[in-house]
Amino acid sequence: MTGTTDDAVLRLEAVRKSFGEHVVLRDIELAVPAHSVTALIGASGSGKSTLMRCANLLEEIDDGAILLDGEEITDPRADQDAVRRRIGVVFQAYNLFPHMTVLDNITLAPRRVHGVAKAEAEARARELLDRLGLAAKAKEYPDRLSGGQQQRVAIVRALATGPRLLLLDEITAALDPELVGEVLAVVRDLKEQGMTMVLSTHEMGFAREVADQVCFLDGGVVLEQGPPEQVFGDPQQERTRQFLSRIVAAGRLAG
Amino acid sequence: MTAGTAQGGRPSGGGRSADGGVPGAGAAEPYRPSARRLARETYRRQRARRSALIAALSTGGTALVLYLVVVNSPGWERTRDTFFNAHYAWQALPEVLRGLRVNLELMAVCGVLILLFGLLLALLRTLQGPVFLPVRLLATAYVDFFLGLPMIICLLIMITGVPALRLTGVTTDPLLLGGAALVLTYSAYVSEVFRAGIQSVHPSQRAAARSLGLSNAQAMRYVVLPQAVRRVVPPLLNNLVSLQKDTGLVSIGGVIDAVYAAKIITSQTFNYTPYLVSALVFIMLTIPMTRFTDWTTARMNRRQHQGGTV
Ligand SMILES: Nc1ncnc2c1ncn2[C@@H]1O[C@H](COP(=O)(O)OP(=O)(O)O)[C@@H](O)[C@H]1O
Ligand SMILES: [Mg+2]
Repeated sequence: MTGTTDDAVLRLEAVRKSFGEHVVLRDIELAVPAHSVTALIGASGSGKSTLMRCANLLEEIDDGAILLDGEEITDPRADQDAVRRRIGVVFQAYNLFPHMTVLDNITLAPRRVHGVAKAEAEARARELLDRLGLAAKAKEYPDRLSGGQQQRVAIVRALATGPRLLLLDEITAALDPELVGEVLAVVRDLKEQGMTMVLSTHEMGFAREVADQVCFLDGGVVLEQGPPEQVFGDPQQERTRQFLSRIVAAGRLAG
Repeated sequence: MTAGTAQGGRPSGGGRSADGGVPGAGAAEPYRPSARRLARETYRRQRARRSALIAALSTGGTALVLYLVVVNSPGWERTRDTFFNAHYAWQALPEVLRGLRVNLELMAVCGVLILLFGLLLALLRTLQGPVFLPVRLLATAYVDFFLGLPMIICLLIMITGVPALRLTGVTTDPLLLGGAALVLTYSAYVSEVFRAGIQSVHPSQRAAARSLGLSNAQAMRYVVLPQAVRRVVPPLLNNLVSLQKDTGLVSIGGVIDAVYAAKIITSQTFNYTPYLVSALVFIMLTIPMTRFTDWTTARMNRRQHQGGTV
């Protein structure tokens, strides 16, 4: 019944999600084409994290549908584990496993879920760690790393399984400016390699630079959506203008 | 219905979300579930019905097989008369219930004392600093000793050994001495449960509390212990149920509890039904306790955690 003639990796159709009486998402429409980056912006509490949790089937939506590569994943008959195997997630709070070393955190899914041999999984993990400047921390435990280091480990963990789609939830929210730069460089690299990503962020300068499409979430709906030049340069909605001017006032539109 | 809404450069996405474009206006219109949602819910209902049916059939089938195996076993007639005799059951019930009062009282009084003493032992072992070394050592030695000491030996020592000392002012009542033995032993178990709970609270919680200026004791009292206690409610209940059954052991000192009452009748009638009656009474006591803790822990989880589908 749904036209899937396009090449959208992720598609949301009229998605509705509420917690009790509180409707967090209503009639959300979104299409994320392959090899593109979609940035979700919006005030804290506007439902960015909830949207990503729904896309990863961590929350059950009330209405509408979510499609991954044209296949409805919110169908009760869908294999949820198979869906999650194709999506990598970096949580806002990192959610690293504190009882495992960095290396074990990263190789857990490749080894146990995807059946990769230990040596191979570790070699790949070390290669990724090296690329993110964490080669020395492979045997360290997460609690003994700095915030930025933990964040990068979380990204490596999500990447290690070679996901089709990467969801990044405010991955720089807890970092100092210098580390923000490091982590954003990682995202830029991933974009260059053609990774399809959805990210929520308060770094408007970064969103403008890296995103192919920007969505402004407000009051549970996608209030404004389009290429960054348009959303940032010529916003059509009053609320978007207000939001952006507040952000500018806070000095985060630079770049 | 939403076929190929190309996400071009237009504001407000396109398609149906356009009419929600004006803030406030979209919120006012009433929500009507879509056909997709209704179909999904119908499917879920059907599946729930099917699972319920399968559960009922498999439970009924299992019960039937068990029943047939038991009833058709060669010794069933005799077993029924010695274990499931309605006449003796009715005769035993009031006696067993009278004895049960002893078990319940012991459980209530000992339960409270055990919780307090067990918690105290666990806290003593978390005290920091060189001054408290002897306290920590003593508490550890106590727990080690009573964890290893078999319950029955502890009871015998208390019930027969203490009166033999002929100490003035010390009771010789087997009920009190038996209760004391229960408290001594179970406090060691329970303190280990509390200690495990305290250790399971992440160090970052203590760090956060201490950096707010709370003292070590305050951090323990307001931040660590509340989390620890919630986590250990199920294992504590386990100990309580175990205690409830072990209260029967005080009968070795001649106290007439539910089990001993059943034993007296059995020895007079050579029929084992009274034992079964007392067993059923104990089981009946346990079920509401376990259901209650399941309910409280589930409620706590719902309120505190983000939840979700996994
Ligand atoms: N598990 C939950 N139960 C109830 N309300 C929740 C839950 N998770 C999120 N919310 C609410 O949903 C709204 C959106 O939250 P979130 O998606 O985390 O926002 P954002 O990530 O954009 O800051 C908030 O108002 C939040 O309070
Ligand atoms: Mg969030």
